[in-house]
Amino acid sequence: MPPSNRPAKSLEPLLRAEGVTKRYPGTLALDGVDFNIYPGAVNVLIGENGAGKSTLMKILAGVEQPSGGRLMLHGRAVELESPRDALRQGIAIIYQELNLFPNLSVAENVFMARERTSAVGTVRHAEQEEVVRSLMARLEQDIHPATLVEDLRIGQQQLVEIARALAQDVSVLIMDEPTSALSTAEAEILLRLVEDLTAHGVAVIYISHKLDECLRIGDHFTVLRDGKLVAEAPADQVTLDWIVETMAGRSQAELFPRSNHAVGAPLLEVHDLTLPRAHGDGFLVDRVSFTLRAGEIVGVYGLMGAGRTELLECLFGMQPFASGTVRIAGFELRDESIAERIQSGLAFVTEDRQKLGLVQSMSVAENITLASLRLMRRGPVLSRPKERERVGAMIQSLAIKTSRPDQPVTSLSGGNQQKVVIARSLLTAPKVLLMDEPTRGIDIGAKADVFRIMCDLARDGVAVLFVSSELKEVVAMADRALVMARGRITADLPREHITESALAAAAVAGIDAVPSPVHAHV
Amino acid sequence: MSSSVQATGEGRAIAAPARPRVSLEVLLLRLRAYIALIVLAVLFAVLSPSFLTTGNLIILTKQVAINAILGIGMTFVILGGGIDLSVGSIVGLCGMVAGWLISDGLVLPMFGIAVFFKVWIVMLLTALVGVGVGVVNGLLVTRFAVTPFIATLGTLYVARGAALLLSGGATFPNLVGHPSLKNTGFPTLGAGSALGLPYPIWVMVVLAAVSAFVARKTPFGRQVYAIGGNEKAAALAGVRVARVKLLTYVISGFCAAVVGLIITSQLVAAHPATGGSFELNAIAVVVLGGTSLTGGRGTIGGTIIGAFVIGVLFNGMVLLGVSEFWQTVIKGAVIVVAVIVDQLQQRMQQAALAKSPT
Repeated sequence: MPPSNRPAKSLEPLLRAEGVTKRYPGTLALDGVDFNIYPGAVNVLIGENGAGKSTLMKILAGVEQPSGGRLMLHGRAVELESPRDALRQGIAIIYQELNLFPNLSVAENVFMARERTSAVGTVRHAEQEEVVRSLMARLEQDIHPATLVEDLRIGQQQLVEIARALAQDVSVLIMDEPTSALSTAEAEILLRLVEDLTAHGVAVIYISHKLDECLRIGDHFTVLRDGKLVAEAPADQVTLDWIVETMAGRSQAELFPRSNHAVGAPLLEVHDLTLPRAHGDGFLVDRVSFTLRAGEIVGVYGLMGAGRTELLECLFGMQPFASGTVRIAGFELRDESIAERIQSGLAFVTEDRQKLGLVQSMSVAENITLASLRLMRRGPVLSRPKERERVGAMIQSLAIKTSRPDQPVTSLSGGNQQKVVIARSLLTAPKVLLMDEPTRGIDIGAKADVFRIMCDLARDGVAVLFVSSELKEVVAMADRALVMARGRITADLPREHITESALAAAAVAGIDAVPSPVHAHV
Repeated sequence: MSSSVQATGEGRAIAAPARPRVSLEVLLLRLRAYIALIVLAVLFAVLSPSFLTTGNLIILTKQVAINAILGIGMTFVILGGGIDLSVGSIVGLCGMVAGWLISDGLVLPMFGIAVFFKVWIVMLLTALVGVGVGVVNGLLVTRFAVTPFIATLGTLYVARGAALLLSGGATFPNLVGHPSLKNTGFPTLGAGSALGLPYPIWVMVVLAAVSAFVARKTPFGRQVYAIGGNEKAAALAGVRVARVKLLTYVISGFCAAVVGLIITSQLVAAHPATGGSFELNAIAVVVLGGTSLTGGRGTIGGTIIGAFVIGVLFNGMVLLGVSEFWQTVIKGAVIVVAVIVDQLQQRMQQAALAKSPT
């Protein structure tokens, strides 16, 4: 629907963030951001990973309190001390991650902490289920209110999350990547629902990586970059090019170093690697074969759920049901444990830094040496000088910004934490480095550093395999690109053939049965 | 081990060239266990003239040794993110095993004989029993994925039952051995002394020193901290999680066996109910010493201090004639207050961290 067809919007913002700043230990997540939210409109918030979108939403939803600045609701300053507080003011949020109770029913989830109770305090289940039934009708879902959430598909669970927000009177509804887990049909329902909500005067804040979606339904666009507001415009002034330009905001040459060096012998040989789905039907990784040579940087591109992370997990020995052959420098891995794989020259940098990467209770130094304590020993004892020397060298060569190596690792910024995880892998002197979304959630300066590290490693003869969801990253960094869809490799592109359109086309190649909108990654 | 009770564990890392300024409140909070200990000691010294006598201090330390040794084993388990409820029962079982081996010998019905061992072999076998229960705990937790609470609750009952079965519920009295069987000398462990200090105190000192060294200076110790801090991340870093966790339960079982031997030797008799609810005392001294029950943070030194705080408190209250009932109430209150203060310290440190980004 073109923007001109929309009803005229009032010019007064309903909710306004004024100079909002949020400081975490070691990071400035938001730096004096102004954000206007208009009633009866879809307010689209755009920014790269780590731009501060989620932090800003958490502040608007009362989950986090700003370190500076204020929120104005209906022209009055408000302090939102908790999500409950925000809800009382009519601000609800639908999170990117599901926040449901899988062990409870749909109705119980929708009314969690807001149960309809009788005079004696018992829950009026029938009444709750009636409300949920009508909400489900509105969402065009045939879901019984007494169904347990764990029995629903992911997309349906997402809709339950949305129903939860709809069950109360909201004037501001925040949707953070609401369609990422939905099928095309479900996404259509959601987009229609958004239009319905705005027609009733609700201010919707919409965050999505799918830029075509944003362009279709957005009324006002706000762009964040590195925690700062960089642009704001009504829909009729917004184009795809404008968004891309304001979002990235920095010349690509600055970000992506390139080096030309010879490619050497095969270091990683993968043949027919297969991982069946847990519940039988189909494969997460489907007969994948490829070779990685010394000094090569190979990017793996694909959409969410294409099997890229699972591929790396199979290689690193985290998936016991994987089959196929994997050779590291000619040596075939069979049932080797993670520790043995590390010793044979494999290293893995996880995409989930907080859950799988860092030991939060430990210092920077202890995190860096964790995978190579064998090298830090003198006899059976850890040698402090050895440790200090190795850690110091890593901190210097990766430019980790830390005042002391014995600082708690949690005091570092996201980018520096990521470098700590990388440093841990590098200390094991890998021949093959697997990196899963190595630049997710880190600032642009740290991104450039990570790319530089990758190039340095390749020059030293390490084979680097990195998974990325950012087209630009793959185009700029990869000597070769593998594209995955539905667990299979659908393209193996040499450097001269890597273009955004070739990658995007191959990423949907296996999915023609159910057409889905192409991600416009930036 | 040096310095303070590090609830944050940050002092374990590499020597700091320049520590950032620490506010007085944080410093006081960090040293709270020492401060509590000193305050209690001064208080009781003033209130009771017999508190500071050598005799009383030695008795006090001997009592502390029991909780401290159990606490050392428990510290490893808790640092690794687990819990060991079975230590009290292991104390009882091991005491009974020692008593049985000394008074009845190893009875082999199929040969119609009983084998009697020298005392040091009895002690070794007893320690092996403790280690064995630790292995069972460790396997239940790692191989069979039973949560530590339930796994060790199970062995708590099994070990206690086994202790009762060994004698049909009776006591093995008068464990002095017999010269003709060459198994005399068992009471020495509990009653003997060197350089004026009873052996149990020496055992505590040696175990504490070795454990603190292992925790701080060996890859194993570092890996225990890592597993308690983030088990998944540790596994991805190549830490052999199952092996390391199993070892923590083995250490705990061994420490409990040592305590079983000490108590049995002190009493010169083995009773199957010995050690009942000792596991709770052990957990209490660990927590009091600033170790986080969720794992990853804490020190052996802290546990020793925690054991002394409890020991001094009890000893002082006994000297002052405080009723046993009130002692129990006060112990409970002290533990809860200690954890509240611990939380307070962590929050203050995090707040300080947030104010000074790097």
